[in-house]
Parts: sequence; C-alpha cells; structure tokens
Amino acid sequence: MKNTELPTTERHGDNKNTDLSWQSVNNDWSNDKQILDMPWGKLMMWIFLLSDTFIFSIFLISYMSARTAAVAPWPNASEVFALTIGGHHIPLILIAIMTFILITSSGTMALAVNYAYRNEIKKTVYLMLATAALGLSFVGLQAFEWSKLIIDEGIRPWGNPFGAEQFGAAFFMITGFHGMHVSIGVIYLTVIANRIRKGYYQNKGYHIVEITGLYWHFVDLVWVFIFAFFYLW
Amino acid sequence: MNNIEQQSEQAKHQPPIAMYLKVWLLLFILSTFSYMVDYFNFQGALRWGLILLFMFLKAGFIISIFMHVTWERLTLKMILFLPLFAVIVFIALMFIEGDYIFTNRNITTVING
Repeated sequence: MKNTELPTTERHGDNKNTDLSWQSVNNDWSNDKQILDMPWGKLMMWIFLLSDTFIFSIFLISYMSARTAAVAPWPNASEVFALTIGGHHIPLILIAIMTFILITSSGTMALAVNYAYRNEIKKTVYLMLATAALGLSFVGLQAFEWSKLIIDEGIRPWGNPFGAEQFGAAFFMITGFHGMHVSIGVIYLTVIANRIRKGYYQNKGYHIVEITGLYWHFVDLVWVFIFAFFYLW
Repeated sequence: MNNIEQQSEQAKHQPPIAMYLKVWLLLFILSTFSYMVDYFNFQGALRWGLILLFMFLKAGFIISIFMHVTWERLTLKMILFLPLFAVIVFIALMFIEGDYIFTNRNITTVING
C-alpha cells in the first residue's frame, strides 16, 4: 500500500499533527498500521513516565492524607528549610536554589534535543554533560539538606521536634524517591552522552536524545509538584 | 520511514532556539514568583491560589514545550492525560478519608480528655 493513501503523520509544526479533531484519533487507531508514528523507545519512555506519574501521585496523595489526618500541628516547611547565610536568616533558600538548578538543567536538556535534531553533535554532547553536572549538584545539595535535617534538626521518619510525626516519613519518602530519579537520570545522561560522542547513534538517528530529555524533563516536572505541595504548602 | 529519514524530516520542523530560551526565562520568573509567595508570607486562599497557579503554569510549559507535547498527535495526548482522571478521583477520595480520620481523632482526644 502506498504511503500517500494513509493520513500522513509528519511531526513538529505540521498542521495534521496539531489537528485536535476526533477524526484524527479515529484514523490513528483504525488504520491498519502502527498507531503512533514514533520510535518505539520514545513511546516506551512515555508509557514508563505515565506509570511513574502514578507512583509519584500515590506518594503525594499519601502525604496529603497523612497531613489532613494529623492532629498535631504540621511543621512549618518555610522555617525547617531556612538557612542562615552571612548572618541573614533566609526561609527556604536552599530549596529555591535547588529549584533554579533543576530548571536550568531542564533548559540545557531542551537545547541538547534541539541541537541533536540539527545534527550539531558536539553541542549536544556538551549540553547533555552540562545537564548531568547540574543534576549532580542538585543531588549534592539534597545530600547536604538531608544531613542537616537528620543531624542538626533531629528529624526522623518516626518523629521530629517541630510537630506532626508524619512529617519525616513523608519528607524522606518523597524527596528520597525523587532524588533517586535525579541520580539515575545523571547516570543515564552520562552514558548516552558518551555513546553519542563515540558515534554509536550516527546510523541510528538521534531520537535517543529526545527520549533521554523526556525522562529528564519529567524529573523536573515532578519537582515542580513537590516544591508546591511539600515546601510551599 | 526509517529513523534517519524521520530525523531529517524532524530537523526541518524544529522549533527555534529562541523559543526554548524564552520558556526557560519564563520558568525562572514563575519559580521566583512562587518562592516570593513564601518569602512575603502570603496566607489563606491567596497563598493556595498563587501556589497552584504558578505550579500549573510551570508544569504546563514544561510538558507542552520542553516535552514537545504541543506537537504530538491528539492520540498521544489522550493516552497521557485521560488516565490522570483516576488520580483526580483518588485525590478527592483520600481527602475525604483524611478529613474523616482527623475528625475521629479529635473526638477521641475530647473523650479521653
């Protein structure tokens, strides 16, 4: 069957792609061909991210029910995560810095994907490594935050001096799981960047950069929700 | 279409770098705003409203531009967003449940002194 007989599925900026009609959905599912015209790895990454969304949702929901059900006052995150820098007491400053680092890393990753599709491979590798370095500094700051909380403030998963006992359990579970995602992302980015540098994807195409990017942006996305619900709420 | 052909096709349709830089800047500004909500110690409905507003704006920009969902087909968008309805239902259920447990714990405290 000739390709022209089927609805074309071109990408990025193509009108058919931004077509929001039910007809386009119907065509995708009912034509006797692959439903989504994308590399299998990309679709698999999306499916994984969807399932990961459910995992993080469940963590945040359990945090919500623990917090709404807690009788003791919930510790004030603004004060718990405050730092004294140069004699100034600044609330939540460490978390703000971590947020900016993660957003910056998301920016460098987005640029890496763009350059990969433009075939500017050297820039892609450098931007991916920059992303990994920023991710690593995020994990470093998180390790600092955790040790400060555990050693100096005496916060434990089963209790803390500030109020509701459930605070520690929710905090270590949610930020720990997110930090693990960042750490795995750093390894993933480094491995892929190294493979690109060695020319592994020269004949395969550089979709792998977009796939890696999806994972990394997701990690940033999760942090947006953690920042809002855990640190600001 | 093999991967290489798909890629050269894709290169033609790449959004300009400037757009990424703008979104990046916007995310920075939105993060600063949400930090300011805490710094200036807004309370009550204003606080929750602003936190949620900035959160959804940031999430929206990351998903639509950085993760390229804007340029994906409606089929993929539906695969990604329809299942989240279950999450919303779960949030509602667990909020009601948490509230119920809170009420019961308070009653127990009152009875036991």
